[in-house]
Amino acid sequence: MYRYDEYDQTLVDERVRQFRGQVARRLAGELTEDEFKPLRLMNGLYLQLHAYMLRVAIPYGLLSAVQMRKLAHIARRYDRGYGHFTTRQNIQYNWPKLEDTPDILAELASVEMHAIQTSGNSFRNTTTDQYAGVAADEIEDPRVYCEIIRQWSTLHPEFSFLPRKFKIAVTGAPNDRAAVRLHDIGLIMRRGDAGETGFEVIVGGGQGRTPFVGPTIREFLPKKHLLSYLEAIMRVYNQLGRRDNLFKARIKILVHEVGAEKITEMVEEEWRHIKDGALDLPKEEVERIRAHFAPPPYETLAAAQPAFEEKKRADGAFATWADTNVAAHKVPGYAIVNLSLKPVGGIPGDATADQMDAVADLAEHYSFGEIRVTHEQNLVLGDVRRTDLHALWRKLRDIGMATPNLGLISDIIACPGLDYCGLANARSIPVAQRISNRFADLKRQHDIGELKIKISGCINACGHHHVGHIGILGLDRKGEEYYQITLGGSADQDAAIGKIVGPAFSSEAVVDAVETVVNTYVELRQNGERFVDTYRRVGKEPFKERLYAAA
Amino acid sequence: MPLLRDGALVDDPWVTVDDGTQLPMDGPAIVSLERWQAHRDELLGRNAPLGIRLKSDQPPALIADDLDRFAVVALEFPVFRDGRAYSYARLLRERYGYRGEVRAVGEVLRDQFLFMLRCGFDALEVRDEKAVDQWREAVSEISVVYQPAADSQTPVWALRHRRSAAE
Amino acid sequence: MALQVVTANRIGDGTVVYLTRVGGWSERITDGEVSRSDEERDTLMAVAQATAEIPEVVEPYLIDVVEEAGVIRPVRYREAIRAQGPPVHPAFGQQAEEG
Ligand code: HEM
Ligand code: SF4
Repeated sequence: MYRYDEYDQTLVDERVRQFRGQVARRLAGELTEDEFKPLRLMNGLYLQLHAYMLRVAIPYGLLSAVQMRKLAHIARRYDRGYGHFTTRQNIQYNWPKLEDTPDILAELASVEMHAIQTSGNSFRNTTTDQYAGVAADEIEDPRVYCEIIRQWSTLHPEFSFLPRKFKIAVTGAPNDRAAVRLHDIGLIMRRGDAGETGFEVIVGGGQGRTPFVGPTIREFLPKKHLLSYLEAIMRVYNQLGRRDNLFKARIKILVHEVGAEKITEMVEEEWRHIKDGALDLPKEEVERIRAHFAPPPYETLAAAQPAFEEKKRADGAFATWADTNVAAHKVPGYAIVNLSLKPVGGIPGDATADQMDAVADLAEHYSFGEIRVTHEQNLVLGDVRRTDLHALWRKLRDIGMATPNLGLISDIIACPGLDYCGLANARSIPVAQRISNRFADLKRQHDIGELKIKISGCINACGHHHVGHIGILGLDRKGEEYYQITLGGSADQDAAIGKIVGPAFSSEAVVDAVETVVNTYVELRQNGERFVDTYRRVGKEPFKERLYAAA
Repeated sequence: MPLLRDGALVDDPWVTVDDGTQLPMDGPAIVSLERWQAHRDELLGRNAPLGIRLKSDQPPALIADDLDRFAVVALEFPVFRDGRAYSYARLLRERYGYRGEVRAVGEVLRDQFLFMLRCGFDALEVRDEKAVDQWREAVSEISVVYQPAADSQTPVWALRHRRSAAE
Repeated sequence: MALQVVTANRIGDGTVVYLTRVGGWSERITDGEVSRSDEERDTLMAVAQATAEIPEVVEPYLIDVVEEAGVIRPVRYREAIRAQGPPVHPAFGQQAEEG
């Protein structure tokens, strides 16, 4: 993974000192809250319902064991013993003190981490495929470009006061595991005519109040032009993005109002002036960064692992887990292991300090000391020998991270909702917990198959409800929590926004409603169809009929 | 309002003339884009330096052909959150090659100084004289830059390889 | 006239607090000074704003409450959660202390 050199380290150290000064000025009354707010937000510090909340950047979701231990330490020492992994591959702490944040940032800096631009109207953490670098279907490792983007977008002098926040996602694989079409900019690695790699450029996707699947504005961008093209997009957006209305300030609205064609024209025109200039990274720099992502020293192993197959035959629970939570690795004899942060009835994405420490140990022992955070709020050990899977599984069971539910109905994404969030209309976490309990029977979950439930506590859609196969959105109806259900969304390469199925359900009724939807699907499905396949074939009517039949 | 240049308070010979106000007979004057567009000949006939003030929705493309007539281009930050003028300043410097004064006016706060300098502003109209004391720290607290801009700082990706080439 | 109290977050640690009779801030809503008229409300907000400028608290605002047998409860569910702590974590917030 990428390691800081002295320049990177100097920047985060200076940033800590700068923020320490800003906090001191705030506590001394020299800065008003209005003036301080953008400064603290540029360092990931929010004020939520109960306390401050600190969001720490995990660049493209990649962590070392040492960093994970530091996150555990921060949870223990400065928070309440836990953290929350988010859909943007970051971690949030729910109870930090303002007075402590400079110290927390200093602790982070000591392990090459920070909270820069995890909030505020600037570039946010660039996200990617959690299987980057190890996926069997990958064209090229996108993390090299994520790191290049991370550096270029850090404290960018021109784009630190954008109309609104800005999120970039990159994938190197045709199977989209990073929801790239739902980002302000999405980049998909493609092959050009001569077999060289480059990017398809998508602009103006997003969720929130007005969800859009982003249009492609360039089919193929040679890699050397990456930064100049991004800068051209940003310059157009910074000048023309709406600043009169917070809800219309994202680039997706600009693209929608102006039209993708016109945006493309403007971007290309701006790009004409700046391409082949100072933004072309020198080859040596690209190679320097690429070297950090060189494959670890894999052993030469046989693709077939009889011992592993034998263990599967002997132990049904292990087999279920291996079939569900383990993915194919590009190197023979290795596997990608998903650690579920969705135990039955648990809080999606939460991990205790002890769990974090344990994961760090396991990563060192089994996976070259690296951990990945997924946008579905789970963790991944990317490079595990197949022969180690059984031992690893047993240890994961001990720390409650072996629930074999990846991609199943209890692998729910949920935002913090009204339990923590100042903007929420309704709670999200308890709904996730109740659904998870209702479908606790793993056999039933496996019979239902792939089904993604995503829950947001308000229209900001932090819980991705628009792209859930079943999406749940919290509403406030005269002081009561209500939940609107959408069906048929998808965040994959076939990205789609879900359709509202009908009137919202009360908090008591919503879990029953989800079960009705699931039962309807089970009755209607034909040979091996997933939930979304059935939905796409039959549409929302049959579900609607069943849901509202009694009314 | 106090004017900062290179970290020092400097005398400001310029007066900013509101649209409704009579233009002074002589002396350097900064006028709005609207007045410039409506009274161009009259303004050019004056025998004194001229500056122009652009609101945050008035890109410098609107005056690109006339830039050599202005000794000052003042770019407005109606609120500090409105970051359009950062792009305008870079365009003035890098696209149109403007060498006169680019002045930041409006809500110009200490924590933006560094970004402003990097984008090509060379004069800042600040709230009060305290800004002089804040200046040094504000512009030096982050010494590493990751991207080229309108200033002369070398991005680290160039520094890295300059050094390794020398080794 | 709706009954109201002023709430805010303490600047240093972010804890939810309520403006009390003596112009200080308490973590318990029941200590909150209730306003019963427009004038009382304006006075409370003026006191709160003054302490926000020190700064002792962040972004004070008024919330509607009901008073039953001397106990003050927020009207909105959001404020009930703020007053108590997150329902999914019964160990945190005021709810923990009331056992
Ligand atoms: C608890 C404090 C949080 C606050 C105040 C907050 C606020 C917001 C707001 C205002 C938006 C809408 C932005 C827009 O449409 O322009 C948004 C979107 C979003 N947030 Fe959050 N959020 C919070 C927590 C989270 C968490 C925990 C996650 C990850 C689990 C998250 C991930 C996202 C995502 C993925 C989106 C939608 C994608 C997009 O930007 O269009 N947020 N958030
Ligand atoms: S979706 Fe709404 S309730 Fe959930 S975290 Fe985002 S802003 Fe808060």
